[in-house]
Amino acid sequence: MNGLVAAPMLVPLVTAAVCTLLRRMAVLQRGFSLVGSAVEIGVALLLLVEVNSSDYLVSNMGNWQAPFGITLVIDRLAAVMVLLTALTGAASAWYSWISLPKSALSPAFHPLLHFLLMGVSGAFITGDLFNLYVCFEIMLLSSFVMLVLEGKAEQTEGAVKYVVLNLMSSTIFLTALGLLYAKAGTLNMADISILAQEAVAEHRAGPLRLGGLLFMVAFAIKAGMFPFFFWLPASYHTPSVPVSALFAGLLTKVGVFALIRLHTLIMPNDVLGHEILLVLGVATMITGVLGAAGQMGIRRILSFHIISQVGYMVVGIAIGTPLALAACVFYLCHHIVVKSNLFLVGGIAADCAGSEDLRKTGGMWLAWPLLGLLYLVPALSLSGIPPFSGFFAKLGIVSAGVERELWWVVAAALATGAFTLYSMFKIWIEAFWKDHPSSGFRLAPEQRSFVRLWPMLALAAITIAIGLMSGPLFHFCEEAALQLLNPNGYIHAVLGGRL
Amino acid sequence: MSIAIGICYASAVYLLLQRRLLQVLLGIALLGHATNLLILVASGLRGTEVPIIAEGAATLSAHAADPLPQAFILTAIVIGFALLGFALALAYRCMRVLGHDDIDELNNTDRLDEVGH
Repeated sequence: MNGLVAAPMLVPLVTAAVCTLLRRMAVLQRGFSLVGSAVEIGVALLLLVEVNSSDYLVSNMGNWQAPFGITLVIDRLAAVMVLLTALTGAASAWYSWISLPKSALSPAFHPLLHFLLMGVSGAFITGDLFNLYVCFEIMLLSSFVMLVLEGKAEQTEGAVKYVVLNLMSSTIFLTALGLLYAKAGTLNMADISILAQEAVAEHRAGPLRLGGLLFMVAFAIKAGMFPFFFWLPASYHTPSVPVSALFAGLLTKVGVFALIRLHTLIMPNDVLGHEILLVLGVATMITGVLGAAGQMGIRRILSFHIISQVGYMVVGIAIGTPLALAACVFYLCHHIVVKSNLFLVGGIAADCAGSEDLRKTGGMWLAWPLLGLLYLVPALSLSGIPPFSGFFAKLGIVSAGVERELWWVVAAALATGAFTLYSMFKIWIEAFWKDHPSSGFRLAPEQRSFVRLWPMLALAAITIAIGLMSGPLFHFCEEAALQLLNPNGYIHAVLGGRL
Repeated sequence: MSIAIGICYASAVYLLLQRRLLQVLLGIALLGHATNLLILVASGLRGTEVPIIAEGAATLSAHAADPLPQAFILTAIVIGFALLGFALALAYRCMRVLGHDDIDELNNTDRLDEVGH
């Protein structure tokens, strides 16, 4: 019974509630929101240390024993995801305070931000499929409102697509829950895992497989996988910058995380088969990166790259060896930080240059070299240039592919990397290097204030740190992967002696 | 009951394929109801007694209903209601801002030359 286990959900809940009460006192609200984010990071770090020594942290709410009560479980993957969630949330809250003009954001932003963080962290730590559904909904509903916070026409339109497709995915998820409950009589992940392993041993896994495939579709929509990604590039470039950075960093990754859980814990030992996921993952990589090639808006290019990066992670899950899963976890860590940072830097660049349309921007390198450097760190990292974090993430996925002799996957992954570099340099050349189309382009001193860059500097420092310390970090990811590939450890931690 | 659920799903999919936003949202609402019914049926409608352990007995009687699906459905209804409320408000907003609710015309954020603001 460890009270700390519930903290990743409780801290954002309290912060969100207090922020709601402080809605008329902007300074106090922002301050409290930042304090809350800092506490979340602290809690996540504590959990990470704790989980590193004791492998699994389990807590049964209200002391109702698993599989009957609400169970929260933190393993290494969940702990590191909770930490990344807290970091992204903090960066977004910080950015909204110091990098945006005053009163640019609605007072509803901070409460919604923390409700969203609560849903995301909840999805990472829950040990029960129905609570996963509830956490998804908390996350979705907050994200719906954040998306239309300013009520602009294109936000409304993007939100229609986002809302409709995500509601359908929720319904599919719920259908899968119903069918699985009918077959298994439980929704506790550890309990289902036992039943699935028994069913495979006795060659009667068919009905479970049906539920599993429906789960896969639902999670694939959330993760933005081919062919379900259309809601993502239609909506991610419409909200304000801190909102889209938050979405870009976290929301699709919750889908990826759910896919990891589905394939390693809920339906382990190839109940579902890996072929579909492998093909879809490769298709996701390629369509994402090709979609980006034709775009001219900064955040639209970045949105398509989320899709292609999700493809890499999905390929990691599909290959399913310890190395591939470790690379997938490493990829998650690297990607969340880098992607949020790119959206934040892109937002500042667009604000300074006066437009998100690359044809109307330029001259930023001369106007503000530091911003250029800050763009290069995550951009090069995303394309997988050593010594940045993306290189080691891609290296892991590619060597896992080589290990299994999946040459077509390796070729697709390398080609996608090259195209990513192309897109990143398109933004670089168009926004930073070429001259600004209007000849008298100058930055106002308040636009160029160094203070605006703090959140991005922090995220860039984390990216560089991930790159430089990739050895120990990859070792941690390998341990996380081994933990994932041994569902019996999880089952034992949750159900204990009742096996 | 299964046939009724099937009809619900079919009508929902038909509505989802319509061009008007309101019909799409009604389709989603219907899909949610169909799913709730599915959970109810899939988990079995056999039990007839209240699922409370009788005095003196150690376990539930064999005729007790399964209480969990009802809890699932109740939660799903509440969540679905909130989502639908938001979606309807969004549709109204869409109507006000864009002046129409034709899905085929809602392609401004997907056009290649559209780059945000």
